[in-house]
Amino acid sequence: MSADAIITIRDLALAFEQNGVRNEVLRHLDLDVPRGQFLAIVGSSGVGKSTLLRVLMGLSAPSVGTVTVRTTAGTERAMALVFQDARLLPWRRVAANVSFGLEKTGLTKAERRDQALKTLASVGLREHGDRWPHQLSGGQRQRVALARALCIRPEILLMDEPFSALDAPTREALQDELIRLWQSQGITVLFVTHDIDEAVYLADRVIALGGKPGEVRSSLAVEVERPRRRGAPSLSFLADRVKADLAAEADHHDWVI
Amino acid sequence: MAANKAVPYALGAAGLGAFLGIWQAAPSFGFISSALLPKPSDIPAAFVAEIKSGLWVDAVRLSLEHYALGLLCGAFAGVVLGILTGMSARFEWTLAWVVRVLRPIPGLAWVPFAILWFGVDQPAAIFIIAIGVFWIVFFATQGAIRAVDRDLIEVADAFGFSSGFDRLRKVMLPAALPGILVGLRTSLGQAWMSVVAAELFGVAGLGQRMTQASSLLATDIVVVYMLTIAALYGLMDTLFLAIQGRLLAYRP
Repeated sequence: MSADAIITIRDLALAFEQNGVRNEVLRHLDLDVPRGQFLAIVGSSGVGKSTLLRVLMGLSAPSVGTVTVRTTAGTERAMALVFQDARLLPWRRVAANVSFGLEKTGLTKAERRDQALKTLASVGLREHGDRWPHQLSGGQRQRVALARALCIRPEILLMDEPFSALDAPTREALQDELIRLWQSQGITVLFVTHDIDEAVYLADRVIALGGKPGEVRSSLAVEVERPRRRGAPSLSFLADRVKADLAAEADHHDWVI
Repeated sequence: MAANKAVPYALGAAGLGAFLGIWQAAPSFGFISSALLPKPSDIPAAFVAEIKSGLWVDAVRLSLEHYALGLLCGAFAGVVLGILTGMSARFEWTLAWVVRVLRPIPGLAWVPFAILWFGVDQPAAIFIIAIGVFWIVFFATQGAIRAVDRDLIEVADAFGFSSGFDRLRKVMLPAALPGILVGLRTSLGQAWMSVVAAELFGVAGLGQRMTQASSLLATDIVVVYMLTIAALYGLMDTLFLAIQGRLLAYRP
């Protein structure tokens, strides 16, 4: 167990009951996430990626194993989650959506709004605080969702395929923005995606989950200097390795059946 | 085609004009006895007489009290129980058969009990009105709470609002508000129907005055109060829409 790990997962298994049948989605997961790392978790759908984030958030309990989160503040608000769809509250203006998580704190309304507007500015939406969510584009809504998560100043940012519903240019802009925010704020990011190229471009380390129930098939450090260039040969090479690891296991899986 | 803003108003006025014209023509040309159907041209005089006698103001004031209090009590109970049964399956199961037993009983069927419990007095009328309002608001609220997007509830959980009360306050109630308002608006009309019914058995108000007038075949006075109810309802509904527009200003 490394001492500087902010998240330590030991022999984790996740299962849920469906129509009385126990459905195991993930097993034998061991993971140490060092503080400040950008970790990407890839794998096809149904492999338990989203469930893993829910367990980390404390929204679901693991079936077996332990999850230890060592945040300095020691508060429950140390983690924030960004969903695949923005999930803004349509009856709140943008700034009130961003300050949503602060309503658990002792901040006054003015302080919350102030912090929300600052966070909005950091995602490039300085002027949009008084708009309604429906007046924003899909990319802007996802920026607001990111701001809502960052506004509580989390130590760990959990992201569940946050850009997969966006068009390519918007997705790329948001990826670069996320990297900039991550570098400037020193947070730890757990980024779940099914897009291996995206994972390799963004992350310090890529973990690939495969099989059913899901297990770690590949764990790869991405030691490519930042700023990175999209589609650079060094990144493509690593992406191909992850894809090969997952494909090899898929073939193996076919044989077993 | 460029939509002319005056067209809806013009057509509305024309429709109302035609309605009044046919109404005026039917007794005037002897299609129907004016004892059975008063002419619209007779109504203003009857209205002025009712106002001068002070009966109109008293009846309207009393009925408005019944209406407002019945609406308030029924809506409050409907919203509270609708939320509870909408949020808790156990609570809903517990009440399911109670609801099935009580739901089909018409408000008027409660009159004997209303009189026994409250006497021939205002609380009896308020009780009858509240029952009618209650069911509408109860089912609207329960449905709206159940239909709240699970994804938004997950947002509440993810940001630490995972207790039942926090979820309700931060996400479920605002998300269910449009549905609850539909129920409230329906009950605005329902409550006027109950007002007349609840006052038929002797509690002073519009309904009582209408019963008196009809027993004297003073149909013009009956029509005065019918139109009074229509006007009051129109006013309330317009007011309600204005408030609803403000509450739901976030919608495109």
